[in-house]
Amino acid sequence: MSIALPVLKADDFTSDQDVRWCPGCGDYSILAQMKKVLPEIGVPPEKTVFISGIGCSSRFPYYVNTYGVHSIHGRAPAVATGLKLTRPDLSVWVITGDGDALSIGGNHFIHLLRRNVDLNIVLFNNRIYGLTKGQFSPTSVEGQVTKSTPMGVVDHPLNPISVAVGAEATFIARSVDSNVKHLAYTLKRAAAHKGTSFVEVYQNCNVFNDGAFAYAQDKATRDDSTIELEHGKPMIFGKDRDKGIRLNGFNFEIVNLAEGKIKEDDLLFHDEKAPSTLVYMLSRMRHPHFPEPIGVFRDVVSETFEEAVRGQIDEAIAKKGPGNLQKLFMSGDTWKVS
Amino acid sequence: MTTEATLNKPVKPVQGITVRLVGDSGDGMQLLGTQLTNTSALLGNDVATFPDFPAEIRAPRGTRAGVSGFQVQFASHEVHTPGDTLDALVAMNPAALVTNLADLPKGGLLIVNEDSFEDKDLKLAKLKTSPLEEPAMENYRLIKVPMTRLTKEAVAEFGLSVKEADRCKNFFAMGLVYWLYGRNMDATLRFIHGKFGDGKSVIAQANEKALRSGWAFGETIEGIGHSYSIEPAKLPPGTYRNIMGNQAMAWGLMTAAQRSGKEMFYGTYPITPASDILHELAKFKNFGVCTFQAEDEIAAVCSAIGAAYGGKMAVTTSSGPGIALKAEAMGLALMLELPMLVIDVQRGGPSTGLPTKTEQADLLQVMFGRNGEAPLPVLAAQSPGDCFEIVQEAWMLATKLMLPVIVLSDGYIANGAEPWPIPDVSKLAPIPVNHPEHNNNPDGPFKPYMRDELLARPWAIPGTEGLMHRVGGLEKEDGTGNISYDPDNHQKMVNIRAQKVANAAKLLPPQQVIGPQSGDLLVISWGGTYGACLTAVQQAQAEGRSVSLAHIRYMNPFPSNLGEIISRFENVLIPELNMGQLRLLIRSRYLVDAVGFNKVKGKPFTVRELVEKIHEHSKSPSRSPARA
Repeated sequence: MSIALPVLKADDFTSDQDVRWCPGCGDYSILAQMKKVLPEIGVPPEKTVFISGIGCSSRFPYYVNTYGVHSIHGRAPAVATGLKLTRPDLSVWVITGDGDALSIGGNHFIHLLRRNVDLNIVLFNNRIYGLTKGQFSPTSVEGQVTKSTPMGVVDHPLNPISVAVGAEATFIARSVDSNVKHLAYTLKRAAAHKGTSFVEVYQNCNVFNDGAFAYAQDKATRDDSTIELEHGKPMIFGKDRDKGIRLNGFNFEIVNLAEGKIKEDDLLFHDEKAPSTLVYMLSRMRHPHFPEPIGVFRDVVSETFEEAVRGQIDEAIAKKGPGNLQKLFMSGDTWKVS
Repeated sequence: MTTEATLNKPVKPVQGITVRLVGDSGDGMQLLGTQLTNTSALLGNDVATFPDFPAEIRAPRGTRAGVSGFQVQFASHEVHTPGDTLDALVAMNPAALVTNLADLPKGGLLIVNEDSFEDKDLKLAKLKTSPLEEPAMENYRLIKVPMTRLTKEAVAEFGLSVKEADRCKNFFAMGLVYWLYGRNMDATLRFIHGKFGDGKSVIAQANEKALRSGWAFGETIEGIGHSYSIEPAKLPPGTYRNIMGNQAMAWGLMTAAQRSGKEMFYGTYPITPASDILHELAKFKNFGVCTFQAEDEIAAVCSAIGAAYGGKMAVTTSSGPGIALKAEAMGLALMLELPMLVIDVQRGGPSTGLPTKTEQADLLQVMFGRNGEAPLPVLAAQSPGDCFEIVQEAWMLATKLMLPVIVLSDGYIANGAEPWPIPDVSKLAPIPVNHPEHNNNPDGPFKPYMRDELLARPWAIPGTEGLMHRVGGLEKEDGTGNISYDPDNHQKMVNIRAQKVANAAKLLPPQQVIGPQSGDLLVISWGGTYGACLTAVQQAQAEGRSVSLAHIRYMNPFPSNLGEIISRFENVLIPELNMGQLRLLIRSRYLVDAVGFNKVKGKPFTVRELVEKIHEHSKSPSRSPARA
């Protein structure tokens, strides 16, 4: 006789709150995929915490029936660090956007990654400020006309994956809101990784920056303008899977497989454990010159921050014994007055 | 280890002594001062200290900018200040001498290292002639000691480098001061051997030799006719130790954690003069203390918010500039209604200001420095030892009210030291903390903003089945915590948050008055000026003036009886190391014509200037005898 464990469903992770994103927003798809994969990850709702900053994406925690903190602009990584450090038993997700994570919260973002706190960070990149109604963001492309840049953006954009590589993140991935299967798979991979998992999601803001990622979303173009990274497999892309990426000196080049001169074995094989120099080169593959990689760029194992911090506490207790306040107060020079 | 006990010279008993030791910031003046303080405390004297050092770690040697000082008063009676007037000034170089001589009264003892008054030393101090040659020196009992040479000779046998030998001279000076005031060398000898290695370390041996040589010099030199003795002070019975403010703060936090059965999370970012709290706590990981040096002040406070949400005792500390950075997150913590402590060790401002100097100018910042209607409880420590008490009171408040609580300290308290009666930890009452385990709403999901009689909400923590809830900075509906833009709900929530803070007064003791309960003048003080204000008020009382002191530790909300106390006095004087911040609050709250005495020089009040101010604002005893 065995007692059947309750099986969690997406509905178990649905809160009682009305979702207030604009109709047609890419956020809906990300929320749906998250709710789909959470039961598969298998952590119960009460052990799951979503922490966000400010922006459209940061309303996310209200819509999932877990614990959650909708914090202040840019600071979700810091709130999450404090929580995970003291509650390693919890599964913590940070939901953020391109402005939240890379502009006002840029500092916290890189420090979260370099510390390798065991949590997952999902960055909804729509290359625009949505909640403040249409100013350019740190990922807006040069020349983009926005409300605050009527003559076009002059800032050079940040590449979130390159930043993550620079901060030596241990898990780096990219997916696309409309590519639901890939997105679900990527979120599951992020959850499975021990350490900080960083997922950039191309997300369409249909109100202020519609079509920013059309090349990566539209069925007609996405096979030629993106390339799916698969660990241990050659880098092939194209609607007819007839193009590949080859390393030529210190550069990548696109090669044609259809002609038969170049074989699959000549291509670059994706390696999630590759040295970060190669991962950085992958992050620099940008449309329209290259297909943009989606999938897991990097997945390596390294000690997590909370393991290291808790480890020192455990070591101190093992060496010195649990602290005794009275003994501490009486230590050193004391004197009696009677 | 023994101390030379055979004194050939007569000993003059005195009630108390104030000494200031001044030298280069690399000369070890802070070490010397700390040792003298500890030794005096161990001898049973009451002590109060004032370390005063530059913000630069090592300003150019011998310059006025690099002068570091340490003042200590030790006495056979209770002392609450490091002393107004110096009995002795020990100056290691000309820059130190000229920048401090004004504080030495006529007839005071002046000990100088005469080896450091060469032309090059004078030039560094921007002096044309040696101050030692000036006629004004006749006003003092000047003892010129060739400290550099004598130290070098004393430690010659150890084969140290010139630099190493020179570094021993502060111990020579220490030995002389110890002899002069009958201080026992044992504790310092223990310190030397603990710090510089066991008996085999030549550095330790050389420092010991320098210390003993300084002592012997006092014993033999003709210029000093006698030494002094100071009886132990009559402190309340108990076991004592010396404690510094930041240390007491750290220990108080650890005690609060233990009393509430909580692990402490301490998220902070280094800043003068608060960093020593971090250094102290980082030593005690075996108490389960988790310290986190964040990437910046904002991350520090936000990490504390995360830990508080997770159910830990969360603390963040800083000084004025860092508190400014934390303001938005403090507003968030207030909206989330989570318990945590925010500690502000104040320093001179604005902006970077005077990092190593004391000031009380953050009061209005912590009261009002947040967007929206965002009141928080504010408590202020009054002395180094009080830091231990006040953080525990603050944590009690935070958990009972489910609110962040602000604690103010200042550079003077943080670095100052005083004898501290060691508490019996087993007798400290628990600080009860509850985390709900059951849904409080029979009709639907858990209500995270349902309230108790103090208006506190339940501290439900992640991991608890069935109590999943979301909190955030957006205005929320009372009860459910759901986002709400309803006008009446916003008014209600603002009122509730204000009332929660006001409810703190119900949990705190009433304001005490030192002196008559009514009369001519009420002095109202707060924070680190306690010692000076108390001493000045006691002095005025002894003169027969009708003066009382109300020293406030609870800045927000004020104690419920404060208005009534104020109404019983004709005049109110509020001395502050700012331009009148408490005065502004008192005047607006109680509509009383309080006058201020305000100073922002990076230095504490002297008792003398306070007494003068009290004289100015109170009737002289001949015309109006004190009413009891």
